[in-house]
Amino acid sequence: MLAEQISIFIENKEGRLAEVTAILRDADVNIRALSLADTTDFGVLRLIVNDNEKAEQALRKEGFTVGRTKVLAVEVSDEPGGLNKVLDPLWMQNVNVEYMYAFANPQCKNAIMVFRFDDHDKALEIFKKHQIKVITTEEIARL
Amino acid sequence: MPIFDIDFETMPREGLEAIQLRRLQNTVQRVCATVPFYKKQFETAGITPKDIRSLDDLQHIPFTTKQDLRDNYPYNMFAVPMEQVVRIHASSGTTGKPTVVGYTRRDVDTWADLMARSLSAAGAGSGDIIHNAFGYGLFTGGLGAHYGAERLGASVIPVSGGNTRRQITIMKDFKPTILCGTPSYILHLAEVADDMGVDFKDLFFKSGIFGAEPWTENMRHELESKLYLKAVDIYGLSEIIGPGVSIECTEEQNGLHVFEDHFIVEIIDPETGQVLPYGESGELVFTSLTKEAFPVIRYRTRDISSLNPTPCTCGRTFVRMTKPAGRTDDMLIIRGVNVFPSQIESVLMEKQTTRPHYQLEVDRKGNLDTLTIKVEINDSVFSDDIKSLQTMENKIATDIKETLGVTARVMLVEPKTIQRSQGKAVRVIDNRNF
Repeated sequence: MLAEQISIFIENKEGRLAEVTAILRDADVNIRALSLADTTDFGVLRLIVNDNEKAEQALRKEGFTVGRTKVLAVEVSDEPGGLNKVLDPLWMQNVNVEYMYAFANPQCKNAIMVFRFDDHDKALEIFKKHQIKVITTEEIARL
Repeated sequence: MPIFDIDFETMPREGLEAIQLRRLQNTVQRVCATVPFYKKQFETAGITPKDIRSLDDLQHIPFTTKQDLRDNYPYNMFAVPMEQVVRIHASSGTTGKPTVVGYTRRDVDTWADLMARSLSAAGAGSGDIIHNAFGYGLFTGGLGAHYGAERLGASVIPVSGGNTRRQITIMKDFKPTILCGTPSYILHLAEVADDMGVDFKDLFFKSGIFGAEPWTENMRHELESKLYLKAVDIYGLSEIIGPGVSIECTEEQNGLHVFEDHFIVEIIDPETGQVLPYGESGELVFTSLTKEAFPVIRYRTRDISSLNPTPCTCGRTFVRMTKPAGRTDDMLIIRGVNVFPSQIESVLMEKQTTRPHYQLEVDRKGNLDTLTIKVEINDSVFSDDIKSLQTMENKIATDIKETLGVTARVMLVEPKTIQRSQGKAVRVIDNRNF
């Protein structure tokens, strides 16, 4: 049920992000979503792409350190309170968000939220109970 | 300026050399009888103490290195039984094996004399108040200057390092006239004084004795113009005795007088080991002539200097060494603390499973040395969580501080970004100009 995200260590240097995106372009990898967490010296770029294998190989070949992390992607309806409907049951059950980012589902008007929780199993259970749609890596690849 | 030990310090060359030879012969005889390491050194070289008939014969004796001292850790280089050792010091900032040195009662006495000579050369006398900001502890700086000040009959304030604001208050209230410390710390202190609105012009210093790290003529000008005092350089290392091996005089401030009645100084080519003539630049090598607990024979300091035999206008006849200008190895002196890249490496090794690629960058910001440690990230330590990466940076910095005693900024960098030459990483970039 979980989706997979790749993460890349990059120094805060001019043009570094563009180098990453160029590598992915040349490997014919499509970026679905991305988030960048940074400090003054470095950042961690987190990506949802259509082909993790290809992306990781291409980046490693260019000397990047690449990690893979399980994340939860869920569909959030495009209306007031859409995101809140997802978050409310989570915090009530003490599931915490470590980070999150969003992208638009090209097939409909809804957004897809990517979450990293401190307890994915519990989050999955809650989503199931509240009939919140969880999106798998395969589904992301097909978007 | 009065000279503390006028008989010895102004002795004609011939008299001095006669004393040196006699003391050298005694020393080699004693070390061969009491220290297995030296006995073996002589055997390997195929000589006996009896073969040392002139000062030139010293050249036949093999060198002693820092590694030899480490191999004999902690007490195997001591030439007297422990019952006669009254003091133990150790070299600063070493993980693994530091070098341990010992002193008999007479050694402590000799050292106090040498430091009294040094303070006197810097213009201090019995009426002076000495603000001693050298660190007290295993490091020889604090206690060395302290005993010398007492021997001289001066009043010593054992303030040690750190607690800078309090030091400045003490300077205002206690009215010290002589300042001792590492030059980078003292310049930092001057900045803090400035922040506190304290002008050194209103203080009472006439001279300052600065050492334990290399410093430049530019720093001398800065120290003198900011602190309104005469700045002189002092040299020494715990393996030889501590501070008080050589000192500049306030008259010339041009070269450090080596106390040759207690030490023989040589300059060698660090590659070939050949002794170089006066004036040529090479590695400083010392042989102790009077030490009892921890005598050293031809100890390679790794410090680079040259010797000038011209008698000085101050009256001292001892040879002068130029301010040390760099090292023959990769040791860094950061705020007075000796740091070897290998020590940093062993701290990093504890953090990850693979051998880390790292680089040390040393700068002087304002007047303080700063150390940045760049560490290449790799799979074993990478995480998509920025907090855990920052925690790792902080943890490395804390461990370095704890084991080496220096503050470092740790910076994670991308793989393969640290410059390599011939496949070997360039470990140190020192942007300070000595």
